[in-house]
Amino acid sequence: MGIAFPIPDNAIILRREAIISGLSALIPPESLITSEDERRAFETDALTSYRRMPLAVVLPTTTEEVAAILAFCNENGVKVVPRGAGTSLAGGAIPQEDAIVLGVGKMNKVLDINFGDRTMRVQSGITNLAISAEVAHKGFFYAPDPSSQLACTIAGNIAMNSGGAHCLRYGVTTNNILGVRMVLIDGTVVDIGSDAMDAQGLDLLGLIIGSEGQLGVVTEAIVRILPMAEGARPVLFGFETSEEAGACVAAIIGAGIIPVAMEFMDKPAIEICEAFAHAGYPLDAGALLIIEVEGSDAEMDAMLKKIVTIAKKHGVKTVKESKSAMETAAIWKGRKSAFGATGRIADYICMDGTIPTGQLPYVLRRIDEIVKSYGLRVANVFHAGDGNLHPLILYNCNDPEEANKAEEAGNDILKLCVEVGGCLTGEHGVGIEKRDLMRHQFTEIDLGQQMRVRAVFDPKWLLNPAKVFPLDGRISA
Amino acid sequence: MSAPSLFAEQELIDSVHAARNAATPLSIIGSGTKSQIGRPAQSDKTLSTAALTGITLHEPAEMVIAARSGTPLAEVERRLADKKQMLPFEPMDYRPLLGSTGEPTIGGVVAANLSGPRRIMAGACRDSLIGIRLVNGKGELVKSGGRVMKNVTGLDLVKLVCGSWGTLGVLTEVTFKVLPKPQRSATLVLHGLDDANAIAALSAGLGSPFEVSGAAHLPNGVERVSATLLRLEGFDEQITYRLDALKKQLHRFAAADYVEGAQSAALWRSVRDATFLVEPRENAVWRISIAPSKAAKIIAEIKKSLTIRHFYDWGGGLIWLSLPATGDAGASAIRSALFGTGGYATLVRGPADIRAAIDVFEPLSPALRVLTAGIKQSFDPDGLFNPGRMIAGI
Repeated sequence: MGIAFPIPDNAIILRREAIISGLSALIPPESLITSEDERRAFETDALTSYRRMPLAVVLPTTTEEVAAILAFCNENGVKVVPRGAGTSLAGGAIPQEDAIVLGVGKMNKVLDINFGDRTMRVQSGITNLAISAEVAHKGFFYAPDPSSQLACTIAGNIAMNSGGAHCLRYGVTTNNILGVRMVLIDGTVVDIGSDAMDAQGLDLLGLIIGSEGQLGVVTEAIVRILPMAEGARPVLFGFETSEEAGACVAAIIGAGIIPVAMEFMDKPAIEICEAFAHAGYPLDAGALLIIEVEGSDAEMDAMLKKIVTIAKKHGVKTVKESKSAMETAAIWKGRKSAFGATGRIADYICMDGTIPTGQLPYVLRRIDEIVKSYGLRVANVFHAGDGNLHPLILYNCNDPEEANKAEEAGNDILKLCVEVGGCLTGEHGVGIEKRDLMRHQFTEIDLGQQMRVRAVFDPKWLLNPAKVFPLDGRISA
Repeated sequence: MSAPSLFAEQELIDSVHAARNAATPLSIIGSGTKSQIGRPAQSDKTLSTAALTGITLHEPAEMVIAARSGTPLAEVERRLADKKQMLPFEPMDYRPLLGSTGEPTIGGVVAANLSGPRRIMAGACRDSLIGIRLVNGKGELVKSGGRVMKNVTGLDLVKLVCGSWGTLGVLTEVTFKVLPKPQRSATLVLHGLDDANAIAALSAGLGSPFEVSGAAHLPNGVERVSATLLRLEGFDEQITYRLDALKKQLHRFAAADYVEGAQSAALWRSVRDATFLVEPRENAVWRISIAPSKAAKIIAEIKKSLTIRHFYDWGGGLIWLSLPATGDAGASAIRSALFGTGGYATLVRGPADIRAAIDVFEPLSPALRVLTAGIKQSFDPDGLFNPGRMIAGI
């Protein structure tokens, strides 16, 4: 497997016992994990082909404990890998041998809900779905909905600026957070933003969201909650070709309609998901769109009528409107379980590039060619409205040669995304996975500016240092 | 991309190098319509982006537009309107309030993170901005973000630069995601509510499923009888249904009627541009960002020591406030009322001597000040760009 890790600092590893002893003075014994068996649960994330055993794992329960741990690590030159639920597909939470893992999972309480202001203050280890569950009885929800929302934490969402299927309408994490409490590497606790809409001074909140755990450890967040729509209804469209489906998406947007979600699947993805979820996906279709609208019944009827008319003009073969909550759940179950369903038939790596949607037919054709040239198969699922692709490259992880080919094919696909005017990652983050491709998207000047900003927060590169920026040419001040 | 503009970008880089070599701080402006906002310039020379003009990309089906920073905002809005699209964040026009002239530029909109009433539903300028190019204080051309709306590659310098008032770099190009213009827009009006009840009504409206896209309250003194405004935007049949449903839902606060078309648009333009507070011209004007549930109490507190006129936007989350520009223009009274509330106050209109003497933007905690100074240093090590405009000494 091709991704390099920094050479571990042996001096730190040799001081492991002293470091553990120092940490044990700061947190209760049940918050400190040192045995090899228990540490193993933290040696990787959802990029499971890479794993590294950390020195120790700390699971603090308060901001004060986080501050004490970070101050200790800063003084002793110990690297820290922050962790939410460990669902990163980009390897954002994979440890290294000379680092401790700092997991925020035990800090998972709701601190305050204000329905009038439509805000909620939570500890950062709460799961994405638990936030929505907490306010559902009053008809509210937290909008960003990554597929891993049952498990993933708001801390991880903030680190990666996570998106989801409905962000075409509701935006991504950065559009839905008003404030954070964050601990800097020297143990200083800062509040950035508040429950007000505009923050003071520079937009540090915008900088922190998506910074992949490299600027500090977020322990609390103030999130926006939104009123649920009166109803939501998806419609399934089956097309013969991806080109037709792509043109239909463009025409819907061109007509001034912004559905809350527009999801695309190609034939291999349709087959995989249908076999798993029995959602009634058309198996004879070459491409499938799931388009969801919201509103009252009459509003949805009117909106769907317009959308179906457009789809018919673009050669839609199958039209299937959800007639019940059960059908709606089944339609979404197929899409949301796309990764899991794929995992049942093969190992896969999931790419996450974004492209200008006008490039869709060309890019899909090229992806097919690229993956075939490596002798592999690919299934495509993606957010069609915003061009965020998720090609799943299928391979056998017990075959090292095939694993390397899958990685290379993935890299070729991401370079293609950049070439056509897009980017390496739309919502999963850079992590270790795309770190060495950063120079395809950014110049040394671009990266230098980012690294100088990073160094303001963490001049010694102690926070999640193996990630995001290529290992050579790093700037500390 | 027109050749003169590319030439202008290189000229701008050359100007920054020259200023750096001569250690001459620069005032960065577009057309200068907002140059009265912030602490007074501490630089002798001005660098304008006015020559950097032109829309460089507009893909209606991809809902994206890019323009060089000196392009007039009006030109961008016109181009979008041709395709029945709009900038979602409804940027305000400061000219009426500030009495300034000239054509606001799109770069200036970004530098000030200008957002209007629709911010409550569609986000601020920073939420629609997806890409920038800027020249930093080392004379380097830095890009961040791009032309696709979903992009988490690397640190988000796009948001950091948005609203930095030209203190981090000189923007040369900006890219936005855009939205379709709504087919129909109408405004529900409730009369006679006091501030607290009005904000409760606005919160109820914003907590409804009807996608309220503007929520303002004009108290007695701004209007003859107070008016509480809730805007609905969407398809024709949708608006008919939602007006009725929302009216029923808010009936417990007050009976409502509605306006639409030009009348509704004019109303929201006034809210957006705070034209209610243009007169008296010599008054100072503040903008306070606060959680709506705290807004009416803050106003009551401020009124104990100051004579003010005010109105609310963003469901009560934005307070516009006018008062005599004497002493510190109310700075200490306003900030002590806000202390511990999570609210922020910015003096957006006031005489230069007051702007030089007080914190125009909300003062930073010591830790945030250190981070802010570090970030400024990382972009602009020699302090060339708008030194001290936001924070004294940074």
